[in-house]
Amino acid sequence: MKEYRFIGKSTPRKDALDIVTGRTKFINDLTVPNMLYGKVLRSPLPHALIKNIDTGEAMRLPGVKAVLTYKDVPDWMGGLPLHVRILDSKVRYVGDAVALVAAETEDIGEEALRLIKVEYESLPAVYDVEEAIQPGAPQLYEQFPGNVLPQGIPAFGPHSLRELVIGDLEKGREEADFIVEGSYAYENIPNPLPPESPGAIAAWEGTDTLNVWSASQGPHMIKVSLQRRMGSINLHSMGTPVGASYGSKFMSWQYVLPAAALAKATDRPVKFCYGRSEHLAAFTVRLGSRIHGEVGIKKNGEVTFLSGDWLVNTGAFSETSQAMVAVGCGEVQLMLRCPNWSLKPKVVCTNRTASGQIRGFGGQELECALLPLLTMAMEKADIDPVNFFKRNYVKPGDGYYWRDGNWWVCRGIDYTKAMEQGAVRFGWKDKWKGWLKPSSVKGVKRRGIGVGVHGNADVGEDVSEAYVRLDPNGTATIYSGLAEHGTGQRSNICKMVAEILQLPLDRVSVTPNDSRVNPYEMGPVGSRGTYAIGSAVIAAAEDAKRQLFEQIAPKFAVKPEDLETEDGMVYVKGKPGTGIPWIKGMDYDRTVMGRGRFEPDFALPNFMMIFTEVEVDTETGKVELLRVVGATDVGQIIDPPGIVNQLNGCLGSAGIDSALFEETVIDTQLGRIMNPNMIDYKWRTFAELPEMEHVILETPIPSHRFHAIGVGEIATSPGPSAILMAVTNALGVRIHDYPLTPDKVLSALGKINTAKRRVK
Amino acid sequence: MTPTHEIPSHPTITFTVNGEACSFIMGDGSHELPPSYTLAQTLRERLGLTGTKISCDHGACGCCTVLMDGKAVLSCMLLTVECEGKEITTIEGLGNPVTGAIDPLQQAFIDNTAFQCGFCTPGIIMSAKALLNENPSPTVEDVKEALAGNFCRCISHYHVLDAVIATVKKGGE
Repeated sequence: MKEYRFIGKSTPRKDALDIVTGRTKFINDLTVPNMLYGKVLRSPLPHALIKNIDTGEAMRLPGVKAVLTYKDVPDWMGGLPLHVRILDSKVRYVGDAVALVAAETEDIGEEALRLIKVEYESLPAVYDVEEAIQPGAPQLYEQFPGNVLPQGIPAFGPHSLRELVIGDLEKGREEADFIVEGSYAYENIPNPLPPESPGAIAAWEGTDTLNVWSASQGPHMIKVSLQRRMGSINLHSMGTPVGASYGSKFMSWQYVLPAAALAKATDRPVKFCYGRSEHLAAFTVRLGSRIHGEVGIKKNGEVTFLSGDWLVNTGAFSETSQAMVAVGCGEVQLMLRCPNWSLKPKVVCTNRTASGQIRGFGGQELECALLPLLTMAMEKADIDPVNFFKRNYVKPGDGYYWRDGNWWVCRGIDYTKAMEQGAVRFGWKDKWKGWLKPSSVKGVKRRGIGVGVHGNADVGEDVSEAYVRLDPNGTATIYSGLAEHGTGQRSNICKMVAEILQLPLDRVSVTPNDSRVNPYEMGPVGSRGTYAIGSAVIAAAEDAKRQLFEQIAPKFAVKPEDLETEDGMVYVKGKPGTGIPWIKGMDYDRTVMGRGRFEPDFALPNFMMIFTEVEVDTETGKVELLRVVGATDVGQIIDPPGIVNQLNGCLGSAGIDSALFEETVIDTQLGRIMNPNMIDYKWRTFAELPEMEHVILETPIPSHRFHAIGVGEIATSPGPSAILMAVTNALGVRIHDYPLTPDKVLSALGKINTAKRRVK
Repeated sequence: MTPTHEIPSHPTITFTVNGEACSFIMGDGSHELPPSYTLAQTLRERLGLTGTKISCDHGACGCCTVLMDGKAVLSCMLLTVECEGKEITTIEGLGNPVTGAIDPLQQAFIDNTAFQCGFCTPGIIMSAKALLNENPSPTVEDVKEALAGNFCRCISHYHVLDAVIATVKKGGE
């Protein structure tokens, strides 16, 4: 393997000092002179028409500068397709926005909310995805009869993937040795719950220029996607460090548009940050996912067909659900080689807080619902799940339909070795006793193991552009709209450029995240930071280096390709003694600007396998997660502690723990979320950490000059279904109702009798 | 009715933050400190010390942890008026005020990349600092227990444990 100076070496994050000293400014740490605070009055009813709103008393409260209702907000829309107004005359979930207030202080804003009088006409509400598509069900939108949203997403092109129909189901049926069918769901709608709630500051310059500071995972996309919806204004988007996102802070119109509307109404800057309960009760959660499916399998583990209806509960509106369905339909083919498919998704609106983008992006939701069905098939065929995944995970040369509706052929690497080494590290062979068999039993404690797998070809999705500017003092500046949301990717692109230019790391920096400065950047989503963003940055650095050598070559009377550079010195290859500093070659009054661009490439799927071991207490029903082993192959590690951190992230952000205890609980009588606070919404503490290990292989992958691809996004995805498998094996009875709380475990054991909980 | 003794019309509150004395006149006037202000609000909004984060704002997540007389407290659950005469230390006040050097614990967080998004990091460092004040040589289990009230959603826990233990080992050398 090639030895690098920075790539693959543990280096401190460039933003580390600011983070550990509290100097990092997150969105709620910023103030703008003359700034007001935005607040949102939220609906107490799940479905209602607003008959009357009286804002007079709120307006008269000293310090209140604006109160907006559906009658006076601009007609800016959100959703996919655009169908959600900032405020509407109809509310569709408990927590839906009813009125906006701008006030001198947050307290005055809160007080004003209490003074707004609203008269509602309550409408019947629907929460269950199948009840919502029945004739006569309450209708959320006139334009979407039956509560079914149109499929397709323009951003993915004219043929964006709407369903998976491949091959011949009948042939698959005939070839199957076993056929299993059933209905399974992953619809506990966990919240990714970053510690920083979403927020933005909006300030107008004149009438057609809007400055937005926001905690966004894709700040440049705020400019690209929102300015068109606001009457062709010019939007300047400034991204702040993101107090984590896990996908949820990408499509950020829910907080940017209200802040912009209030700023327009008051002609002053307005900050609007969600409060924590607001974040838990009225911001986006995972998709609800339910499958009625059928799968055929041969004795050797070959899957002959898979058919099913995939019902996707998107809540009160779709933010990106059709896009997630498209990517989910792609990802399931990476996990499962199968010649005959008929998977028909339906995206359905219901009267609860909306679902949105979260790491795992459709694939996690689909596979978590599908895995119980597949494990039943594996059980029938008596196949070890590790062998099943080894056989069926996408290999170089295999094809699949991706989100754009095109057929892509994998030109990546074979992940079999990663699976095998993961299994060895975990001790799978010794612990696997067969389906529905515990790996050990000690009194009331039963242990079981499970495994899950996931992959994504979005590591090469969408376009990135970057510039690299060289200054004569021997520094390089990367112009990139890359947000820092916790992965360390802004540091990692500095490592890439430092490696190419052989500059010390402290001589390389990234511009502030400002759309006026930086070129197009989709943002670090779908693990695209390493390959897509990295490729653009690498191309820009190489372009800059080429121009630098062209500038300097005449001084040495050699060809540009005969030059080399190290630590800000240029010299003829093999003659370090000839070196001159950049400034001598460039002069003090010149800069060099290199440009780079990445075009989408969906041919390099990544891979993540998660092995889990649980111990179930059959007296109390408590499931304890004892051990997790992750296995992946990333081509080349860029930053060792960074990747381990990201893989450790498999537990939180609506990942593994969404199979154990995380859920958003809705009272289906009142439509209210019952646990919108951090005591009732359960999360894992320092005192309850399982043992965690990862096998991270580095088989060079044909991506860019460092042969690396990203994997962080999908760390959460294989975990929940692995937990289900582990608990099922520990108990010896099938259990698949996420999350596996003690009541469900005891109920599965027949120790308590619980009425079936109402599905959400 | 005449009061039997005089109550000052503008009660003041005085405490120190990171070694410097702070005084506020309590009241609802625009230049006064409302009695309802939590310590977290005062630190962030009046003193500009935004290193102390507010996340859950009800004492569940530990993001707002600061030291009061050397012990960890949740500044979102503490009214400013309760801080009379107390010594408050925030993340900005760690390290050596004379040399400007950061605290060894902060350095260990850098060396171990013991954070991802970094939002919960100040609170975690302050909780760990309080533990080390009380017990300079904790075990891993002690550290886990001491940090059990600190939410971290990126799951940087494992690297945080490494960082705290590295500090302990260095201190013992």
